[in-house]
Amino acid sequence: MPEYTRLIHQYLRHDKKFPHVWCPGCGNGILLGSLIRAIHKTGLSKDDIVLVSGIGCSGRLPVYVDFNTVHTTHGRALTFATGIKLANPALHVIVIMGDGDSMAIGGNHFIHAARRNIDVTAIILNNSIYGMTGGQYSPTTPYGMKASTAVYTSIEQSFKISELAVTAGAVFVGRGTVYHAKFLDGLIEKAIEKKGFSVVEAITHCHTQYGRQNRLGSAVDMMKWQRDSAVPLEKAAKMSEKELEGKIVTGILVDKDLPIYDKEYKKLRERAKGKA
Amino acid sequence: MAENKTRLLQGNEAIVEGAIAAGCRFFAGYPITPATEIAEGMSVKLPIVDGTFVQMEDEIGSMGAIIGASLAGVKSMTATSGPGFSLMQENLGFACISEVPCVIANIMRGGPSTGLPTNTAQGDVMQMRWGTHGDHPIIVLCPYSVEECFSVTLKAFNLSERYRVPVIITTDEVVAHMREKITLPPASSLEIIDRVRPNVPPDWFIPFEDNSLGVPPMSVFGDGYRYHVTGLVHDVRGFPTSKPDEVDGLIRRLHRKIDKGQGYIQEGEHFLTDDAEVVILAYGSIGRTAKQAAILARENGQKVGVFRPITLWPFMRKAVVDILKNVRAVIVPEMNMGQYSREVKRVDQGYARIITLNKVNGQVITPEEILKKLKEVY
Ligand SMILES: Cc1ncc(C[n+]2csc(CCOP(=O)(O)OP(=O)(O)O)c2C)c(N)n1
Ligand code: SF4
Repeated sequence: MPEYTRLIHQYLRHDKKFPHVWCPGCGNGILLGSLIRAIHKTGLSKDDIVLVSGIGCSGRLPVYVDFNTVHTTHGRALTFATGIKLANPALHVIVIMGDGDSMAIGGNHFIHAARRNIDVTAIILNNSIYGMTGGQYSPTTPYGMKASTAVYTSIEQSFKISELAVTAGAVFVGRGTVYHAKFLDGLIEKAIEKKGFSVVEAITHCHTQYGRQNRLGSAVDMMKWQRDSAVPLEKAAKMSEKELEGKIVTGILVDKDLPIYDKEYKKLRERAKGKA
Repeated sequence: MAENKTRLLQGNEAIVEGAIAAGCRFFAGYPITPATEIAEGMSVKLPIVDGTFVQMEDEIGSMGAIIGASLAGVKSMTATSGPGFSLMQENLGFACISEVPCVIANIMRGGPSTGLPTNTAQGDVMQMRWGTHGDHPIIVLCPYSVEECFSVTLKAFNLSERYRVPVIITTDEVVAHMREKITLPPASSLEIIDRVRPNVPPDWFIPFEDNSLGVPPMSVFGDGYRYHVTGLVHDVRGFPTSKPDEVDGLIRRLHRKIDKGQGYIQEGEHFLTDDAEVVILAYGSIGRTAKQAAILARENGQKVGVFRPITLWPFMRKAVVDILKNVRAVIVPEMNMGQYSREVKRVDQGYARIITLNKVNGQVITPEEILKKLKEVY
């Protein structure tokens, strides 16, 4: 058994009834691998990690891994995570969301968790579609692409998740793809170690829904597209908007420090008690 | 030595005192009339007792946050009114199915929609029972005085911890905002119930296994019992299932734990009912009106009593049937179009006449209005 498989098995729930729910070739499995490798590198104990997810194919991820895990309601994962983190700041809270989950129904929670600087890590699996419900268009479906509720193509503009996160006040934002899995490992590790609201946007593929409806080929074809479209941030800085159309800009968009809610609240308690 | 403290408090302030006394250390909420004083009070008091307050972006988030805090081992609550309570329904159902203790104060105002923000009503009685989708039991407690706001809040936390359920406290605008003298009992005199934690080794822990009470011990994130929490129907290990036997087992256990606990959960006040020919069945602020009406009726020689359910749900069927069997008529005055009287009619087997009195103009029902209804009997 290769070393990386052995490592992953250390973290999987052997008593969970596998197989998993995902389609063969889905990018969610790669992200799960990245997450495990990143957590392993941080050296955190399984007991100290709470993995929270919303609803969607992406939302099924926590059930397979041996941490404290919560599969919440659609779009609301960050609100549960807020309660968990503030109730016990010693816990490391990681939140897994889909693009519909985090940007449509959960968009408001997302910007407010970022603004409050709740010390959690938000990982978004951006596959540009509602996978679980059968391929309806999402807030990240590009203009002109097809979905089961956009058979005449989407006429809406799409969100840029990472850029939105930066504007909302996230202290760490990184974007990668599931093709560049090693780079993703590093991004996730940095995000977990970062104090404050950190975001990793993982561009991934849903060949079953998005790929099929837009004739983008197999999972492998879609991963080749990720390989060929990724442009590192430094290179992108020298490119025009036109040249960047359809590209995936990867890298760390922001890494800064702002007051963190639970730390600030600790000080507030002292003020309230009249000790400050 | 701890002593009784006598204070002049609002209903909402007494809920804050009751929550802190019960051990609530986390509050998440969003401002709304007539519940805002609870959030304000919690924001002042919680940091002093090493608790945490957070003002969320909406009531959906508030409900999510209190569930999260409870999973992390901290007693938690939120407070709201009609529009916010409507937004909480989905996550309230999550707390039901995943058995997370928490408390929700729903201070009723006029509806539907934005309705009558500053006036009183009792229009959420059925929403509190059935507001979240799916088949679920629920506990709803309804205090009628400032003193009771304190004791009922304490009880709400105790029940939520004992049965691992969300518990709703409901008052109407009148009880929320009126001021009364209240004697706060010393902390040492209060019975505080905490959730039962697992005591088996983590490897043996089966997080949703049935037992005699129907309430599995609850571990807290970080204490070594790693398990999965989901809003999906789950097996005893907490993992999603659609196997008919496992689905049936979970849904029935969720009901059974509350059915079996009825004797412990249900509480009501009998006032002058021993020899009563007519009983006024009233809850919340209307319980006050009803008592006054009974006193006035007795001055006229009419044998009138009051039954006041403090536990609105689960419905106090046995107590109500006992009354129905022994009286000529039951009058049900309420500030809605007859939500609770329907339940009374449902359990009536022709024992007694049931007279409804419904007021939906944002004003409280007066004793005179009840006395007028009495003329239909006398
Ligand atoms: C309140 C609510 N509305 C709708 C749904 C149905 N629903 C389930 S998953 C989903 C979309 C999932 O898409 P996304 O978040 O992009 O995740 P993916 O499945 O692609 O990983 C929807 C709309 C739901 N579960 N809850
Ligand atoms: S539908 Fe798409 S997102 Fe869902 S498991 Fe299949 S490939 Fe993955």
